[in-house]
Amino acid sequence: MIPKRVSGIKFEVLGPKEIRKMSVVKIITPETYDDDGFPIEFGLMDPRLGVIDPGLKCRTCGGRAGECSGHFGHIELAAPVIHVGYAKLIARLLNGTCRECGRILMKDERRDRFIEMIEERKKLGREYDDIIKEVFRITKSTKKCPHCGTEQIEVKFEKPTFYYENEHRLTPRDVRERLEKIPDEDLPAFGMDPQAVRPEWMVLTVLPVPPVTVRPSIILETGQRSEDDLTHKLVDIIRINQRFMENKEAGAPQLILEDLWELLQYHVTTYLDNEVSGIPPARHRSGRPLKTLAQRLKGKEGRFRGSLSGKRVNFSARTVISPDPNLSINEVGVPQEIAEELTVPIYVTSKNIDEVREFILRDEHPKANYVIREDGRRIRIIESNRDELAEKLSPGWIVERQLMDGDIVLFNRQPSLHRMSIMAHYVRVLPYKTFRLNPAVCPPYNADFDGDEMNLHVPQSLEAQAEAKMLMAVQDHILSPRFGGPIIGGIHDHISGLYLLTRGEKLFNKAEVMEIVRPLEVTKLPEPKYDGKWSGKQIFSMILPDITIEFKAEICQNCEVCKGVECENDAYVYIKDGVLVTGTIDENAVGAFKGIIIDEIIRKFGSEEAKKFIDNMTKLAIRAIMYTGFTVGIDDIDIPDEARKQIEQVIKEAEERVWRLIDAYNQGNLEPMPGRSTEETLEMKIMQELGRARDMAGKIAGKYLGMENAAVIMAVSGARGSMLNLTQMVACIGQQSVRGERIRRGYTYTDRTLPHFKPGDLGPEARGFIRSSYKEGLNPIEFFFHAVGGREGLVDTAVRTSQSGYLQRRLINALQDLKVDYDGMVKEQTSGLLIQFRYGQDGIDPMKSFRGKGVDVKRIIREVKTEE
Amino acid sequence: MKVKLQDHILVPKHEILSEEEARELLETLGVKEEELPKIRVDDPIVKELGAKRGNIIRIIREDELVGVSIAYRLVV
Ligand SMILES: [Mg+2]
Ligand SMILES: [Zn+2]
Ligand SMILES: [Zn+2]
Ligand SMILES: [Zn+2]
Repeated sequence: MIPKRVSGIKFEVLGPKEIRKMSVVKIITPETYDDDGFPIEFGLMDPRLGVIDPGLKCRTCGGRAGECSGHFGHIELAAPVIHVGYAKLIARLLNGTCRECGRILMKDERRDRFIEMIEERKKLGREYDDIIKEVFRITKSTKKCPHCGTEQIEVKFEKPTFYYENEHRLTPRDVRERLEKIPDEDLPAFGMDPQAVRPEWMVLTVLPVPPVTVRPSIILETGQRSEDDLTHKLVDIIRINQRFMENKEAGAPQLILEDLWELLQYHVTTYLDNEVSGIPPARHRSGRPLKTLAQRLKGKEGRFRGSLSGKRVNFSARTVISPDPNLSINEVGVPQEIAEELTVPIYVTSKNIDEVREFILRDEHPKANYVIREDGRRIRIIESNRDELAEKLSPGWIVERQLMDGDIVLFNRQPSLHRMSIMAHYVRVLPYKTFRLNPAVCPPYNADFDGDEMNLHVPQSLEAQAEAKMLMAVQDHILSPRFGGPIIGGIHDHISGLYLLTRGEKLFNKAEVMEIVRPLEVTKLPEPKYDGKWSGKQIFSMILPDITIEFKAEICQNCEVCKGVECENDAYVYIKDGVLVTGTIDENAVGAFKGIIIDEIIRKFGSEEAKKFIDNMTKLAIRAIMYTGFTVGIDDIDIPDEARKQIEQVIKEAEERVWRLIDAYNQGNLEPMPGRSTEETLEMKIMQELGRARDMAGKIAGKYLGMENAAVIMAVSGARGSMLNLTQMVACIGQQSVRGERIRRGYTYTDRTLPHFKPGDLGPEARGFIRSSYKEGLNPIEFFFHAVGGREGLVDTAVRTSQSGYLQRRLINALQDLKVDYDGMVKEQTSGLLIQFRYGQDGIDPMKSFRGKGVDVKRIIREVKTEE
Repeated sequence: MKVKLQDHILVPKHEILSEEEARELLETLGVKEEELPKIRVDDPIVKELGAKRGNIIRIIREDELVGVSIAYRLVV
């Protein structure tokens, strides 16, 4: 067969003739099944509409379920009704044409000019919406028909399907008659192709009934039949249609007929779209709104976004994740239960046939689940056919073997915002029910273990497996293209642990060293630095490859003149030939996002070595932190009374200064800052004063807590939390703000935030300054302001995530077809269109850049120097 | 007073490629003429250069971050 290509799609409107032509049966009765459960002829489940029950044959085409895709039927409507989808266009057409003769409300020459313009745009493949909009605008404002001279009355459109001329309501029949009068020649000016659409077709007289395959009924466990929402809606339509006809024949009064007509309109409208504004949605007996035609297509779970752009896949698994520091960063722990369900295909050859046979003959874990014979038949291996299949096994067969240690899989956590959201891991089959991963790979997935779930996919072809190993392996994504540094590295306890180990000169005897180094791949101890004792720095050096590097640690105080290796805070890291000489290992050295040591290793020795380092580093860190023990309790944020008093004093003084500022402002003595009003000046000065007070309080607290305090260690080493967090817990929470200003919202007319204050009170207390610490607790007024400030943060994140999510979607849709070609140019995949002559103008791969820079001059100098 | 766009500090250098240069460019890039990015013939800079439809324009940009980069556009 010659492959065919779709060159374009054209949408047209179905006319009544066409609907009748494609219909195989006229539906006249709302009944579906008879008492014996057989479909009723001329009912909504008429057997000519297609088959859904397996075994039965289609009465129209003879196909079985699956072969026959179904056939349309139709309903003859007793009275015309408006199609909601076209209601707006109908309104515009009514206003654009003469109410008497149906002609377009502009002279022929002008009409032709517009048609010509549209044709030209079409030929160029450009949009022409603006021209059509102009035609509708001009014709609507024309008050007298240029063809017959009739005065026009504006037709008012009321959602969803009503039209009024002055107070007079137009029936769908009136509307249809008017649309019928519009001549074919005028239609192109409204952007309509008379071959494809006649405007009166937008008022329905015949309703197509979709095949049963589109709205299959399901049989509940109770044996009851449950119909699709569309069928329910069609039943309603037929019922009302029948009632309308009966009443009309019986000569019922006009009022009753109109009511029924409106009801018919309601049912047809909700059948097409059950979420139109202006009318209540049709509901199921249970109160659930019905899912009708438009609802099947719309939105995230609709046909487009849900079924076509995104689909469900086989050979995948999902479960909760939990940490396991004993795994390598490129491994993933897979629960036994999952490993027994997921399979990897083995292509049987004469070389591996014996091996494969073993899998078929096994009756527990790494066994074969299925064989696929050469003819494509897939057979499940069970106790009874195992030996027979093993016997018959021959090259050309495919055997689906259970997932086992060493298999490559893709591991993913949503939202997949960057390429590190899906990485390839090697399987480790483990007991229990969670996926296990090394906590060092949490940052790229942005995962934590508070209930997060992740997905796992098993690549099925050898090509896919090779691609996963070569391109997607975790170690090949240690460097992030986002900032040209490592995104995988130590977190939390890894950093605290190494900090404790390497800070200063801690000494360990042989037994202690052995205990700490036990999980590492260390085979030889260096010479002890001090008489039979090793320093923490020496222990850390055991896992370091041969690198030479110096940098400032996270704990660096940014002294005015950096003393380098002489730093008295031990904050200057100097590593020479793989030996840590001075400095403390903390976030700057091994942390995710910062990790300078990881950065250096990966650039000098490659990703495999970096992976080994991270594995060893995390294990060492955890051993080290277990050796000292590390815990935080409520007494960690206790400070002596003396400190308490000092803090109180600092805040009191600041508040006094604030009051003096307020007095000066009230007396008109406050000098405004350049470009600011006095009010703004006052606010800024108060904020400054109170901010400074809090910082001071924090400093005092920090001094009394000391560097041995666990919370302080975490804050300064970059493991978790900041000194600000600590200040708020220990000393003073500080000013609460909304949009960067002190809180002023509340009772606007008396200019106060709460009735506890005097009108116009500008004092710290009345404007959201919190004196207390979290430990002390907040008084009711402080608590209220805290909630006000906290609310802003919550709203901000909620708004930001949804906005940035949509922005990301649009960006990805726009950029997904662009690729960097082998020649370094960015091209559009299908058209070959050139987008950039060199990727990013400079041709630099951001992943291989040095924190965003193309060259690292310092590094080159250092390398040249060491060579000499 | 008529201002030359090219004199403006924010306007990068534009120049028309000779036929020979254009031919060579397409050959070295290995792309078809219509796959190049486009610039409209009524674009002010194109009018100033006096380029015709089918000409290729070289744009030399200087950027703090990226250095000198060269782009080409087909006049349409
Ligand atoms: Mg979480
Ligand atoms: Zn059929
Ligand atoms: Zn007229
Ligand atoms: Zn220092």
